[in-house]
Amino acid sequence: MLQQIEGSHAIAESVARCRPEVVCAYPISPQTHIIEAIGAMVKEGTLAPCEFINVESEFAAMSVSIGASAAGARAYTATASQGLLFMIEAVYNAAGLGLPIVMTLANRAIGAPINIWNDHSDAMAVRDSGWIQLFAETNQEAADLHVQAFRLAEDLSVPVMVCMDGFILTHAVEGVDLLDQEQVDRFLPPYEPRQVLDPEDPASIGAMVGPEAFEEVRYLAHLRQLDALDRIPEIAAEFAEMFGRDSGGLVRPYRLADADTVIVAMGSVLGTIKDAVDERREAGERIGVLGITSFRPFPLEAVRQALGARERVIVVEKAFSLGMGGVLATDVAMAIGTTTLHTVVAGLGGRPITRVALLDMVDRARAGALEPLSFLDLDEGVIARERARMATVRRSGPFAENVLRDLGRPREDQA
Amino acid sequence: MFQVRIHGRGGQGVVTAAELLAVAAFREGRHAQAFPSFGSERTGAPVVSYCRIDDREIRTREPINAPDAVVIQDVTLIHQVDLFSGLEESGYVLINTSRTFTELGLGELVERCRPDHLMTCPATELALEHVGRPVPNAALLGGFAALTGQVPIHAIGDALRDRFGPTIGERNLAAATAAFDHVRAQMEVVSGAAAD
Repeated sequence: MLQQIEGSHAIAESVARCRPEVVCAYPISPQTHIIEAIGAMVKEGTLAPCEFINVESEFAAMSVSIGASAAGARAYTATASQGLLFMIEAVYNAAGLGLPIVMTLANRAIGAPINIWNDHSDAMAVRDSGWIQLFAETNQEAADLHVQAFRLAEDLSVPVMVCMDGFILTHAVEGVDLLDQEQVDRFLPPYEPRQVLDPEDPASIGAMVGPEAFEEVRYLAHLRQLDALDRIPEIAAEFAEMFGRDSGGLVRPYRLADADTVIVAMGSVLGTIKDAVDERREAGERIGVLGITSFRPFPLEAVRQALGARERVIVVEKAFSLGMGGVLATDVAMAIGTTTLHTVVAGLGGRPITRVALLDMVDRARAGALEPLSFLDLDEGVIARERARMATVRRSGPFAENVLRDLGRPREDQA
Repeated sequence: MFQVRIHGRGGQGVVTAAELLAVAAFREGRHAQAFPSFGSERTGAPVVSYCRIDDREIRTREPINAPDAVVIQDVTLIHQVDLFSGLEESGYVLINTSRTFTELGLGELVERCRPDHLMTCPATELALEHVGRPVPNAALLGGFAALTGQVPIHAIGDALRDRFGPTIGERNLAAATAAFDHVRAQMEVVSGAAAD
């Protein structure tokens, strides 16, 4: 039923209809509303049978999820930012053990400096952990992706992370058409584990593997990720056929036909980018968008096909690898080879990404004035002053405090 | 698209106001998107929330920099926060006060904007009278409905009952209706003056 609902509550409802049997999570902004709502449903008995387990940390939350999943329960958790980092050892273990846990990641920046706002640094930090990572563009897609995620995870025995932009999506109240219980039941069969700890039929999970087999075990996990490249679009197609709605899949092309310039991005910023692109299309500019829904596994072939031979590709990404540059852009470059490719790092720590800034970016790319790596709306003055300070004073102190002090100082040009 | 920015302080229901407005617009079959300015909000701190209303899907996620309407829940923010940033000359302003724009030191706004688009409403008093708590958000939504015509008052009522249940919802609706009538009467005075 279509309703006007907060993103977090839409996710909680959607997850509840997937009938998780164990939910274990530790609250952290901007994930908190999701977990509060699920906790309330368990307490009221509207989500049953389900055990909501309170723990002392994210590390415990993922560890309990691992235990629950290994014992044959459908397990769900959610986190963000520092919480994800705190659970990271268990995150790798969940993937290595092949346990089909579903986790919502309410994307948020990572400190220091501490910052509660949205970007994709947290997801990027576990990019290589072996989890499938799907990025939602809207709350509608986020709600649908959770239903697809349980199906995908349990088909392949791989954990799936549904990434949704913290605050921008989790705290936005907008129209979401939630599947009802009967529809979810039709799409998602009960969990039948591929591996399970059962006292009646004892087995061990989590063997130590030495040099003789570790590479092969890892390669098998990689192949399973590649299997997901087939299963993700199949599941999305089945979902579309059953419910008449396109959600999920590997990539999402928008106005790509005849485009000489393509902007590539992930998550909720795609909406703002599409508005900007529509404006330019009306003016006759040949420009389009490629949204990446599946970041891990990365759909090299689908990206290659969608981008083909374009004059320029601009990757707008909410994270970057310090000392190197774009993360998503590196993967896109691997897919397309030689086309001129720009990385534009944008929206870090919650900085708004505006249509005006995006249009200026496109203009600079067309004029040949966009560097291979650039930063949207970067305050060059602050950077130059801090660099100059560092060059003159050996004990120059931490960047964060210096920049805040610099921004707070009254300046003649601002008077 | 009609874009609304609501300014107030933590504890005044600023975020709830934007959400209620989005639900009211949705009830009328329109597309709506409400979201807060995210931060470490606490009671008394300046808070901003946003609501977009449109007849087609709303895709943008940027903050509202050029609002069609600004609602001020707390007059102590005036001259403290850049409340009217990006507001066009045709824009609407609704302030929770029993004073006039000029008395509040907003003469510049009076010169720049249409007089029938600048309204005040003693929303806190109306909330105390009808709800028993000094939370001005619901009353201001009633005033907003009268001022802009973007949502009908009955849709505000639906949203309030959805959110707060029948009893508290009705009390809030009473405050909203009183504010609606107050602003409507004020608008008639202004248009009467214009006709003279």
